[in-house]
Amino acid sequence: MANVVSERQSPGEKPMWDPYVAGFFLGLVLLGTYLVVGRGLGASGALTRITARLAHAVVPTWVATNGALGGYFQKGARWWDDWLVFELIGVVLGGLAAGLTSGRFGFVVEGGPRISARQRLFFAFVGGAIVGFGARLAQGCTSGQALSGGATLALGSWAFMFAVFGGAYGVAYFVRRLWT
Amino acid sequence: MMPLKPEMWVAYTFAVLSGFGFGFVLERAGFGSSRKLAAQFYLRDMTVLKVMFSAIVTAMLGLVVLRAVGLVDMDAIYVNPTFLGPQVVGGLVFGVGFAIGGYCPGTSVVAAATGKLDAVAFLAGAGLGILGFARSYPAIERFATSGGGKRQFLTDFLHLPYAVVAILVTLLALGMFAGAEWIERKMRGVPKETDHAPGPAAPTPAE
Repeated sequence: MANVVSERQSPGEKPMWDPYVAGFFLGLVLLGTYLVVGRGLGASGALTRITARLAHAVVPTWVATNGALGGYFQKGARWWDDWLVFELIGVVLGGLAAGLTSGRFGFVVEGGPRISARQRLFFAFVGGAIVGFGARLAQGCTSGQALSGGATLALGSWAFMFAVFGGAYGVAYFVRRLWT
Repeated sequence: MMPLKPEMWVAYTFAVLSGFGFGFVLERAGFGSSRKLAAQFYLRDMTVLKVMFSAIVTAMLGLVVLRAVGLVDMDAIYVNPTFLGPQVVGGLVFGVGFAIGGYCPGTSVVAAATGKLDAVAFLAGAGLGILGFARSYPAIERFATSGGGKRQFLTDFLHLPYAVVAILVTLLALGMFAGAEWIERKMRGVPKETDHAPGPAAPTPAE
């Protein structure tokens, strides 16, 4: 299996944007969605709908009667009929376009310098599962809660944001072998 | 008066366009890299904090100003309902997964779109985690839906006017930016993750 890629920048890459400039433009995109459709950005909402659709193909009755996912498959509901699903299609296209034009597109396993590609894939999967569970419990992720809710000064979104940083900093020391 | 709230397919076309902008900026910020994201939690690279709070302050101030001049009806804008308990516990769980997996959902989508296979593994895991939540939902439904789900703001918590809280959040962000720059300057003396190995970096075969 290929080695883990752990260098920060290869010679052919375009430099990243200044973080404050990137944040400003991200804020303008978010402001635009609030002004046009009255909703913010998100990622886990659409991932939930896609996951529910995939599971529905295998175990339709379980999904349709599940308290957390069943709503997407009730009479008159369409699993894809949500602003966030179309927004996520855009995220894929935008990320792809930016990767292709920055020289950062490449089929690699990226991770810390002390772990193998196999280990990195395993821990990425485990971390993803924990994030997926947490995002559903919190009804949103860093995009839909922390960023979008944060900008409207939603109380729960700010609580979520500090909890995320708390959880991550709290565990970082114990998983440092993955990254440092 | 905004939000404009156009008809469905206009809104969905706009959704693809704004998602494109979102994904593009995330990649240009360097968020298609799990190492860069995880470096935030080891204080080696504070880009996550800088981008996030610049974006929040930009959108927040835009909404505050447009609301003050009467161009935006905040009541017509979706505000995430507050479920304090589940959001705090969910956030802690989420943070643990973020530090282990190296991504959050949005950044994993961008990273997967740029070919990062660890992001694909993360997304597969996220799907499993979502199904795990659904599987355990009957047992945790009471907790998961606790907290009222009301439209609550930091203003309700701090008992201050909206504009004052917006100014406080801006000052908080500026303070954190100053702290982030200070930390990065301080950490620059310490070997960075790129040159952790003793001695000079191994030459690449192409050279």
